[in-house]
Amino acid sequence: MIETVVSVDLMIEEKLKIKKNRLAPDILSGDEKRLCIVSGLYGDELQGQYICYEIIRKIKEDFDKLKGIVDVYPSLNPLGLDSRTRYIPDSDMDMNQLFPGSKTGAVGEYAASCIFDDIKGADVCIDLHSSNIFLHEVPQVRLNDDNVDALLPIAKCLNTDMIWIHPSTSVLNGSLAYALNKTGTLSLVIESGTAFRINKKYCNKIVDGLLALMNFMGIWDKESPKPHVPSITNDKDMVYINSESSGIFIPGVNLYDKVNIGDEIGMIVDVITGSVEEVVKASANGMICSIRDYPVIEEGSLIARIVGDGNE
Amino acid sequence: MNKELLFTMNTSFRGEYEIHGFTYGHGEKAACIVGAMRGNEYQQLYICSLLAEKLSEIEAKGDIASDKQLLLIPTLNYSSMNAGKVKWISDDSDINRSFPGNHQGTATSRIAATILDIAKEYSYGIQFASFYLHGELVPHIRMMRTGKESNSLANLFGMPYVVTGMNRAFDAVTLNYNWQELGTQAFSVYSKTTDWIDDESARVAVSSVLRFLTRMGIIRYDCHGGYISSIISEDELVSVKSDSAGFFRKIAEINTEIKRGELMAEIINPMDGKIKTQIVAPTDGIVFFVQDAPMVFQNTVCYKIIKRLHQ
Repeated sequence: MIETVVSVDLMIEEKLKIKKNRLAPDILSGDEKRLCIVSGLYGDELQGQYICYEIIRKIKEDFDKLKGIVDVYPSLNPLGLDSRTRYIPDSDMDMNQLFPGSKTGAVGEYAASCIFDDIKGADVCIDLHSSNIFLHEVPQVRLNDDNVDALLPIAKCLNTDMIWIHPSTSVLNGSLAYALNKTGTLSLVIESGTAFRINKKYCNKIVDGLLALMNFMGIWDKESPKPHVPSITNDKDMVYINSESSGIFIPGVNLYDKVNIGDEIGMIVDVITGSVEEVVKASANGMICSIRDYPVIEEGSLIARIVGDGNE
Repeated sequence: MNKELLFTMNTSFRGEYEIHGFTYGHGEKAACIVGAMRGNEYQQLYICSLLAEKLSEIEAKGDIASDKQLLLIPTLNYSSMNAGKVKWISDDSDINRSFPGNHQGTATSRIAATILDIAKEYSYGIQFASFYLHGELVPHIRMMRTGKESNSLANLFGMPYVVTGMNRAFDAVTLNYNWQELGTQAFSVYSKTTDWIDDESARVAVSSVLRFLTRMGIIRYDCHGGYISSIISEDELVSVKSDSAGFFRKIAEINTEIKRGELMAEIINPMDGKIKTQIVAPTDGIVFFVQDAPMVFQNTVCYKIIKRLHQ
């Protein structure tokens, strides 16, 4: 059943509506577990659009196997999605810094509050993201280190290549996942791919992971593919490669490539002089889990992340 | 006055990007003043330009205290102003959401880390900030309630209001918050506008800073004594929202007293010109903020009122 969670009149004629699709057995006992799947907090991140479509399609295909409630919110920032804008158009606010929101706040904070109240109390919430336009990333779960015992078993269901455990102090405390975890609703973030694109291979892996999670929660009575065993990484094992020059980045490696210290990751060139400004080299042994996708860079731009060896 | 290079980096197409500051006087690092961090903070940069002129005059007269030094950094982000963007020109990140920063991180993170390293050495930190909502504001001093803030020091600016607020989710990554955490007494000075110049309120901001610096013994400058500030908590600001969307016809202006039930604004249907909603004051008080867009969404915060306060 499609429900409107937020409705706000736009300036002329239109309405901003944030909707969810509630999938639930026809007869409810009242004790069903509830999984929330949310997407589209950033208007340039589209992986979740396909994932939401596919998970709804698969549930509807075997509706009698559904034993709990799945609330799917595909488009939490609909105006951003429509206008190819990462943040909330007009105010230019980052929607994922506004939670838990406020009913007396401006439009973004008001919408955040309505969404938060609707999700709060669910057993699990999965927040689907892509990367931004700058990076291409392997499918990965991100979670805070202050609730690892509860979150890790959920994360392992999700069929990603990697689980990245962050110190909670480094996580944006206005994010949906952070705010939900603070109020006792277990919440995880999945990142994959790059902005403005749908990578079906990554998305289908995550869809399988969501079905495995539903199995784990006891709300999906159909066998799903066994989840891939992910590498588990802490912040200290993640190596960032930032550029020390500005120019155009020409990559020399691909995502998932194994590299050793000193291997060339790519080069930064100056187009007007035709010279190589910097050869970017790996500073650790491991796997490339993020690689620069947008070629124009400046000093400090993130070029790649390497998951160090010995973390699996 | 000495012009000092504080930060430099090479860019892809614009050559070297340099952040400069101006120092006045010599000796103990007394006060650091930071201006525009976003490309739309024209008023904040304008205030800095007025302040730079005044401080040069004061220094020329020998009226900087003999053992005190001031640092003024007019802008951290002039490229965005040049390119007509609000946030960082190349990746849309926000310098004032990048503190405490990282010297090995992205450009805005490096700028934040470098500036904080310099600014934390000063006893007092003053930032000309812009409000997170677009509109006109009653000029005021804002401090976050970190437990380290001082209302009595904020009062020395002589602004009509000092606003104290609980930390919002994003405050932990702002300059002001990190300044306070590192031991600098930090104040945000809010002026009436952001995107355009309001000369009168810009000069009010300049006077307030010069008054503070005088009272702290950093400069000698004869100016009006200003106000004994009313200290208000953000909780005392009542948000007045639009019930409907359309053209916003402003009736109540900022810094005016309003009575409960008084008409503040009208929302006009943009298609037929009919009045859709009349926004009335939910409380007696003083109008502290009014939004300035020609049209509003439903649920837009149109006004903020300091409740039950009289002129």
